[in-house]
Amino acid sequence: MPILNYIILSIALFSIGIVGVLTRRNAIIIFMCIELMLNAVNLLLVAFSKMHMNTAFKAGDLAGTAGTDGQIFVFFIMVVAAAEVSVGLAIIVMMYRNIHSVDVNFLNRLKQ
Amino acid sequence: MNITIIDILWWFLSVVAIFSALMMVTSKNPVYSVLWLIATFFAISGHYILLNAQFLAIVNIIVYAGAIMVLFLFVIMLMNLNKETEPQKNRWLKIAGALAGGCLMLILVAALKDAAAKEQVASVNQGNIGLIKNLGKELFTTYVVPFEISSVLFLSAMVGAVVIGKKE
Amino acid sequence: MNNALQIVYLIPLLPLLGFLINGLGRNYLSKTLIGLIGSGSILGSLILSIWVFMQVKDGNTFVAEYFNFIAVDKLVIPFALKIDQLSAVFLLIITGVGFLIHVYSASYMHEEKPGHFGRYFAYLNLFVFSMLLLVMGANLVILFIGWEGVGLCSYLLIGYWFKKQEYNKAANKAFIMNRIGDLAFLIAIFWLIARAGTVSFDELFTAVNLAKLSASDITVITLLLFIGATGKSAQIPLYTWLPDAMAGPTPVSALIHAATMVTAGIYMIARSHVLYSMDAAELTRNIITYTGMATALLAATIALKQNDIKKVLAYSTVSQLGFMFVALGTGAYVAAVFHVMTHAFFKALLFLGSGSVIHAMGGEQDIRNMGGLGKKMKITYGTFMVGCIAIAGIPPFSGFFSKDAILLSAFMKSPVLYAVAVFTALLTAFYMFRLLIITFTGKFRGTDEQAHHLHESPMAMTLPLIILAVLSIVGGLVGIPEVIREGGDKLSAFLAPAVSSMPHEHHLSHSDEYLLMGISTGLVLATILAAIMVYRNYQRKEATGFAKVLENKWYVDELYDRIIVQPLHWLGGFLKDIFDLKVVDGLVNGAGRLVNYGSRQLRLLQSGQVGSYVLLMVLSMVLIFAIQFFLRK
Repeated sequence: MPILNYIILSIALFSIGIVGVLTRRNAIIIFMCIELMLNAVNLLLVAFSKMHMNTAFKAGDLAGTAGTDGQIFVFFIMVVAAAEVSVGLAIIVMMYRNIHSVDVNFLNRLKQ
Repeated sequence: MNITIIDILWWFLSVVAIFSALMMVTSKNPVYSVLWLIATFFAISGHYILLNAQFLAIVNIIVYAGAIMVLFLFVIMLMNLNKETEPQKNRWLKIAGALAGGCLMLILVAALKDAAAKEQVASVNQGNIGLIKNLGKELFTTYVVPFEISSVLFLSAMVGAVVIGKKE
Repeated sequence: MNNALQIVYLIPLLPLLGFLINGLGRNYLSKTLIGLIGSGSILGSLILSIWVFMQVKDGNTFVAEYFNFIAVDKLVIPFALKIDQLSAVFLLIITGVGFLIHVYSASYMHEEKPGHFGRYFAYLNLFVFSMLLLVMGANLVILFIGWEGVGLCSYLLIGYWFKKQEYNKAANKAFIMNRIGDLAFLIAIFWLIARAGTVSFDELFTAVNLAKLSASDITVITLLLFIGATGKSAQIPLYTWLPDAMAGPTPVSALIHAATMVTAGIYMIARSHVLYSMDAAELTRNIITYTGMATALLAATIALKQNDIKKVLAYSTVSQLGFMFVALGTGAYVAAVFHVMTHAFFKALLFLGSGSVIHAMGGEQDIRNMGGLGKKMKITYGTFMVGCIAIAGIPPFSGFFSKDAILLSAFMKSPVLYAVAVFTALLTAFYMFRLLIITFTGKFRGTDEQAHHLHESPMAMTLPLIILAVLSIVGGLVGIPEVIREGGDKLSAFLAPAVSSMPHEHHLSHSDEYLLMGISTGLVLATILAAIMVYRNYQRKEATGFAKVLENKWYVDELYDRIIVQPLHWLGGFLKDIFDLKVVDGLVNGAGRLVNYGSRQLRLLQSGQVGSYVLLMVLSMVLIFAIQFFLRK
């Protein structure tokens, strides 16, 4: 599969995530959009990893492990994402408890 | 150009992923959003399988679709947010946001379309670097230190979540 | 580089060491010791200079390079000292006369407080050091270091009695006027570097490098160098600092006028005579001639009516320098150097003599309050008279020979120039004898206390006077014109390898030359008699009419004040009150106000809404990608 297809698919998913962050005001949905963006990046990383493997194959390295690093990175991104979600959801719960809403527009304390 | 089963699968999964993502963003009810996102994740996992990255496909389903999204659902249910609470205010900001996102997409596509790697091909349905055996070996040899450190990260995230979520 | 002359660096180094020791130890050393160090260092230089002179006489000229002073790309300016006939003559003049002045100073300044006494000698030594560096520098940059050094030292010494505001003003005036000239000099150096690529005399004055200069280059460079010289050597229009420089102690005046400083301009032009002799420098030569002549005449007329003993001498110096420039302008470089030498002798003598008079009068400088001093101060009177005769130009005193050489050169240029020059020489004789007669003969017109105090100066002061008097008498014998004695012009013969005058277009017969000498001598004698007749019974009276104009120095200072100083003051006031307040402050305050306003508007962006921040972030990303994308195209 041409790498350009993956690039465009990932950009599309990423941009949908961005649009979600920009248009929605529900903190949980914004959070989910961030997860979507992370996944778009993950997909691209895996695609690139396979692309490198393909290049190495063509060069004759049949038993090689070129491109493994990309997938390891995806793994670590998932690790960090899981940790992030646990803390992030805790923060959202905290916020709901304090202002009885998850609308980010109420979170304008940064102004001060 | 003959269309293989892989091509059909690829396009199908892509369409599902983008459609579900759009539905996730546009759904009024947060619960639906979560469900659409899970669908997106499944589609992405399908892509991983197509790319012969089985380990990541499984992890993606278990961690994302399973653990993380269920966590989201729990939070939504617990806080009783499963209703259409969002008042439609500030329509212009939404349009501006959508336009900005669209612009970003266009410019990224325009910029990357001519990238040097555009002739490259990602090998589909072959190669064994994505297998558990291979990745596991790499993870426990070359990347063993980051791997162990990530456990510390989990521990601190756990502590953090408990501290933040605790009632005073 | 195995040459004994390599140690010539000791000549400027000794005064520098003297400066350092006296300057740093001025509060700890005794006055005797300071005097000994100050004079001793110059004596050491004098002995070395005599040795160098002997070497040069044997034909051993030399450029001693020590280290690279400036090295930028292709431009390398070494710290190098040049010993040739010209610098050897100047070394002798500077160290010889300088030494006598140091000895004299030790006695003259004896009433100063110890700290100031040390300061005085430190400055004096630095002055001599700068001047030695100036004449020994092998390139224009080293010369310029000395050039600036003498400017600085003259400032320090003129303002030596810094508690008097007037003296500080005089020091400032000297410094600023010098700076104007220095700027021109500096531009000339840059010009030379840009065009010829070198400032070293030996390299510059070769056919190859001179060919790099176009005719207009040469005109501009020679003119700029001349403007530099007008600053240092007190020519129109930058001459007014020199009379004011009388604010300094009298030996300093002697040093400035005789041995150092004012001769720097003459030296510099004589040193670069190759440039000035070129056909392209014809215009510059004419300008130099007429400027010199105008200065000589103007200063001589002013000197006629001055009542301050030092002012008369100061204007006479300006006038004599004018003569030297006439010589330079007419291409008679040797005559100029010759006059520098004889002038150094008799002007140092006159200044030190006037110092002796002022010393005896307890600080009084106004000749209207003097008179009849000859009876009490025989040695001073005698030597002063020798100086007057020498400057007036009566054979066989030194002034006659050097002035005759200049007059001859002027006659070759044009008879009109000659006539003006002779007229100026007559004025010189007249005002010098006026000074002599009013000061030393007739009745004493000062207070009784001063009359009681009158005494001959001590040995340390009279001895230099006597030596200088002897030099003033015999100093001219090194340059006897060829018409009087074959091979008598030893100076020209000696200087020939380094500097030679431009050949004259036509030649004078011997009888004509004798005639010219006879005319000038006869006229001078007649003028002296006239002066004696006029001032024999001098009575103090207010100057009126034209005499008043002369007494006020043609109102040149007032003129400068009106056309330069006051407009500058006005401009300064304008800048301070209007430009600074409205424009500069407006800009500064405006910048502040702009930022203030801008921030007030930008503050609105800080809404606290996370959404808007993210939106801006995304837009910025789009912008960055877009720029990247379109720029790559």
